[in-house]
Amino acid sequence: MLKQIEGSVSTAEAIGLCRPEVICAYPITPQTHIVEGLGRMVKQGAIKNCEFINVESEFGAMSACIGSSVAGARTYTATASQGLLFMCEAVYNASGMGLPIVMTLGVRAIGAPINIWNDHSDAMALRDAGWLQLFAENNQEAGDLHIQAFKLAEAVSIPVMVCVDGFILTHAVERVDIPTQEDVDAYLPPFDPVQVVDPKAPMSIGSMVGPEAFTEVRWLQNYKYGQAEKMIPALNTEFKARFGRDTGGLLRTYKMDDAEIVAVAMGSVNGTIKDTIDQLREEGLKVGLVTLVSYRPFPAEALKAALKGHKTVVCVERAFNFGMGGPLSSDLEHALKTLPNTPRVLTCIAGLGGRPITRASLREMFKKAKKEPWNGMLFLDLNQKIVDDEVKHMTSVRKSGPLAENVVARVKTPAAE
Amino acid sequence: MNNILDLEPTQKLKFYQKGTFTVGNRLVSEEERAVQSSMGRSNSINCGHRGCRGCGEALGARFAVDAAMRACDNNLVVVNATGCLEVFSTPYPESAWQVAWVHSLFGNAAAVATGVAAAYRVKGRKEVRVMAQGGDGGTTDIGLGCLSGMFERNDDVMYICYDNEAYMNTGVQRSSATPPAARTATTDAVGPEPGNVFGTGKSVARIAMAHRIPYVATATVADLHDLERKVIKSMSIHGARYIHINVPCPLGWGAQSHDTIRLARLAVETGIFPVYEGEYGKVTESRKIRDRQPVEAFLKPQRRFAHLFKKPNDPRIAQIQAIADANIAEFDLIAKEDQE
Amino acid sequence: MDHPFAITLDVGSSLNNQTGSWRVSRPVYLDRLPPCNNACPAGENIQEWLFHAESGDYETAWRALTKNNPLPACMGRVCYHPCEDACNRITVDSAVGINSVERFLGDEAIKKGWKFDKPATETGKKVLVIGAGPSGLSAAYHLRRLGHSVTIRDAGPKAGGMMRFGIPSYRLPRDVLDAEIQRIVDMGVEIKLDSHVANVLQAKTEGKFDAVFLAVGAHIGKHTNIPAGAAAKIVDAVSVLRSMEGGEKPLLGRRVVIYGGGNTALDVARTAKRLGATESIIVYRRNREKMPAHDFELEEALEEGVVMKWLSTIKRFDDDGKLTVEKMKLDETGWPQPTGEYETLEADSVVLALGQDVDLSLLDGVPGLVINKGVVEVNKQMMTGAAGIFAGGDMVPSERTVTVGIGHGKKAARNIDAWLKGETYDAAPKHDLAVADNLNTWYYTDAPHTVRPTLDMVRRQSTFEEVVKGLDETNALYEARRCLSCGNCFECDNCYGVCPDNAVIKLGPGKRFKFNYDYCKGCGICASECPCGAIKMVAEDI
Repeated sequence: MLKQIEGSVSTAEAIGLCRPEVICAYPITPQTHIVEGLGRMVKQGAIKNCEFINVESEFGAMSACIGSSVAGARTYTATASQGLLFMCEAVYNASGMGLPIVMTLGVRAIGAPINIWNDHSDAMALRDAGWLQLFAENNQEAGDLHIQAFKLAEAVSIPVMVCVDGFILTHAVERVDIPTQEDVDAYLPPFDPVQVVDPKAPMSIGSMVGPEAFTEVRWLQNYKYGQAEKMIPALNTEFKARFGRDTGGLLRTYKMDDAEIVAVAMGSVNGTIKDTIDQLREEGLKVGLVTLVSYRPFPAEALKAALKGHKTVVCVERAFNFGMGGPLSSDLEHALKTLPNTPRVLTCIAGLGGRPITRASLREMFKKAKKEPWNGMLFLDLNQKIVDDEVKHMTSVRKSGPLAENVVARVKTPAAE
Repeated sequence: MNNILDLEPTQKLKFYQKGTFTVGNRLVSEEERAVQSSMGRSNSINCGHRGCRGCGEALGARFAVDAAMRACDNNLVVVNATGCLEVFSTPYPESAWQVAWVHSLFGNAAAVATGVAAAYRVKGRKEVRVMAQGGDGGTTDIGLGCLSGMFERNDDVMYICYDNEAYMNTGVQRSSATPPAARTATTDAVGPEPGNVFGTGKSVARIAMAHRIPYVATATVADLHDLERKVIKSMSIHGARYIHINVPCPLGWGAQSHDTIRLARLAVETGIFPVYEGEYGKVTESRKIRDRQPVEAFLKPQRRFAHLFKKPNDPRIAQIQAIADANIAEFDLIAKEDQE
Repeated sequence: MDHPFAITLDVGSSLNNQTGSWRVSRPVYLDRLPPCNNACPAGENIQEWLFHAESGDYETAWRALTKNNPLPACMGRVCYHPCEDACNRITVDSAVGINSVERFLGDEAIKKGWKFDKPATETGKKVLVIGAGPSGLSAAYHLRRLGHSVTIRDAGPKAGGMMRFGIPSYRLPRDVLDAEIQRIVDMGVEIKLDSHVANVLQAKTEGKFDAVFLAVGAHIGKHTNIPAGAAAKIVDAVSVLRSMEGGEKPLLGRRVVIYGGGNTALDVARTAKRLGATESIIVYRRNREKMPAHDFELEEALEEGVVMKWLSTIKRFDDDGKLTVEKMKLDETGWPQPTGEYETLEADSVVLALGQDVDLSLLDGVPGLVINKGVVEVNKQMMTGAAGIFAGGDMVPSERTVTVGIGHGKKAARNIDAWLKGETYDAAPKHDLAVADNLNTWYYTDAPHTVRPTLDMVRRQSTFEEVVKGLDETNALYEARRCLSCGNCFECDNCYGVCPDNAVIKLGPGKRFKFNYDYCKGCGICASECPCGAIKMVAEDI
């Protein structure tokens, strides 16, 4: 059914259709509306046979999820930013125990300075926590990916993080086609866990593993990533057959055939990039796009196939590694290095802490990529004067004061100093 | 199991003085004997675990889990916090547990148990009961947040803390349950104030009572009947329950391996460890001291307190005695007929 | 292994890890000798019969008791119970009232009419027992149990010896004594009364006896030379007590002075009170601490109004009833020395309770038999210097109590039996003594000793009714259950319960436990927490 609806609400409805049995909720912006919606549906009886637990922290949330999942219940939670970091230990634990929990990440910047807006720092921080990470471009995908996520997680016994850009998607009102319960039921079978802590067949789950078996345990975990990589396109095909639309599997491409420059990006920015591409193509610059849906597993073969023969790739990233570069760029360079005529990978860091990524800025950036490709990170729309002034200040004054406050002051009164 | 619940906290076995406090007693019916006397006990944590010689925690765990198993007809799921108990019981490839058991992390046992209980509730498996267990570190320190959340929601979980008064698994570092003056690896017996600080103390049993949960109790491995009765009583209740069990650690306390139970007994008899129970926020019963001892009787056999005895009349012993005296007064630990 | 690799494990798989290899010392079960058993002159296995009494199985308890002592109802009244003095429970609260439980069992046996079994086979050997006192009766009983034919000959008109003619009936009612003697007779023991034996060898030969046990007791009251008027009444205690059993009660008057400090002196003083004396005064040359009589008997006597005159000796007794007494004082060695101070008492009679001698006339001319200081010498097998002639009780050198006599009878019987078979009896080696330090008494409830009810004082002074009443059943059960079972496993399950490694295997009721050394780490908690000290730690050879 088509609805004009807030992203959090449509996502919550899609999750509700997956018949979650235990939902753990702890508030953190911007995912809060999702669990609020789910809580309401559980209380109303719209979601049946479901325990909605208001926990005392994100660490408690993921821990309770571990408990319910290991006891064989389909389990869901949502978090963002600081919350993801606070539950970090349990995030690793859930994947190490092979528990197919599905979690929405309302993707958001990490403090300090505290910032509630979108960038991908939180998702990137835990990209190696053993979870599968799927990125939604819009709210239709946000809902559809959750339905696939439960099926994927339970098939391979790995938890899945569905990354939905905070505010940009969670709080946006869009038209979303909410599937029917019958279709979801037909697509998503009941949870059949590989192991359950059950007095009927007692076993000891969560043992201490030493050097004699730890490597094998990790190898097997990694093997399951390979299984997931194969399964994601198949699940998407199956999804399309049932629902008449798809999420692209591991990745989607846009106007790639003759592209001189190919953008690679994850999440909501892809819509803006596509609009920019359309505009640039009218202006004569042939830009294409690879939208990465599955960041973990990282689909190296699919990316190689898509980018083979292209000369310049620009990763538009909403997070970066200090002193290193963009994580997506690094992963991509690693994946592409075995291609003959390895494409050059440029890194554009954009939209940090909720800064809008405008078509205008993107357009200039793609043109620059064509004319004067850069090394290292390009920070889109960086106010160079502010940073130069502050660098001068902090290198000349020992007690130069807090960076964040100084920058805010400079933004408000550009004439300062 | 109702008959054992009908018994008073002190068994009134007027004619059974031989064996009133022993594990078994051929003179009373099977039901009145401790679970541990039964040839059919679960042996929830079995032979071959790697607990140290004389481990009080291994003992306390078997006492408690066996009693819980009996109380719920073996329909038990145990969630274990990281710590000695977890490490010595389940190193790959061998597990000593003979119950459905799961370990996740150090500080989250209470929350994991909440999740397990929720899963079984939603699946309609009403017969399955859930307990969580951890050491003092996993309970009074790192796990306190999750524990408090579990209490406050009144989740249907029995939580047991095996308190050996320090982080033994990592090599005897101080926890918030470490007693004043005790030497640990992080409160060495050197300098002008050797050993642990004389802080204000932290009673998680009383913190639990502040949540007004249905049942809270303290117990020791030295009084099996009391311990089992409390576990079984706790299992007859739904909602959040907390039992804090004192389990001496020969290694961490610097004591003889055969003194494990004796030290727990002395902790009680000196008033250092008050044994009581409470319901809905109120203390309902305290276990009376049978043979009151000065705190030195408890302190002296332990090398962690050896620095208190280097010179005569160390004033800190009087400070510890004052703490014990305050416990005795607060929890009414001396029977009326024994008061002079 | 139907679960994920390594992170999930099969339950109980730790059995593959045999932690027994960590051990530096191992626990072992042992039995120790309980102090009560050790102290019992009759060699009773007290702990064993208390064990049965605890569970209310009184007949089994009584049968266990009478394996060693055929007279529990008597012993339960007159034994000075050294077992209770040795009892480890004294360190907890007070001794177990063993003696009162014994009496309860004895009385229960009489009430229920329990009988001794007759021997399964007859040996065809004949044994003559001379004297139907405690020692003789005990020997006869044990010999009969062993299948020998036994004849007791006694000079008196009734069996019982000093139990009848030396112990007042308020301490040992005669119906009780009669019942326990009859039970021995019912086994097939022949008792010939008024049958004085003048010559033991003659009696042995004439009766064609294979062996003889001498147990004639010590019935001759010792005298001392007190200057006295012709009319002054001086009698000996043995005669007074013996005449209590005749038709004519002794006439001692209203003011009676008893001379001596033993239990017999107290018996006479209390008997005099019951015969109507207004004053019953015991004159004793030393003080209370040095008095050989048992303190509880003195206490009872004092409660009844008996007066003690300590540190005094009788110098003369005049016809007018004036008794002159010299004050004494103890020297450094504790021996009384005269002070030259005198005082005078009024007395109608003086009873001498200065000990008893043995009538040894029947032993004249027995070759090899040695008499020393008025008693017969015996070897370890209780045999005199004459082959086949054994002796026991008051006529051999030892403490003179009923219990010792009963013990002699048992010991002699076993040796006679062996001698008749041409063997030597070897007692089983004794276990190490269970001392209080072996115990962990925390596990026992503090439970005070049940004091036997005592008769109301007035009745006690005027009648010969039994002074100390027995326990009723619940009391007896209570008392029996106070036993700590020192040194012997009573299957309390403590070791099974307190092992942190599940390394104790419970074998089931009556079968005790065994250690599983594959897993026992040797922590020693089982030994420390064994209430009765039945486990010890032994170093491993490493």
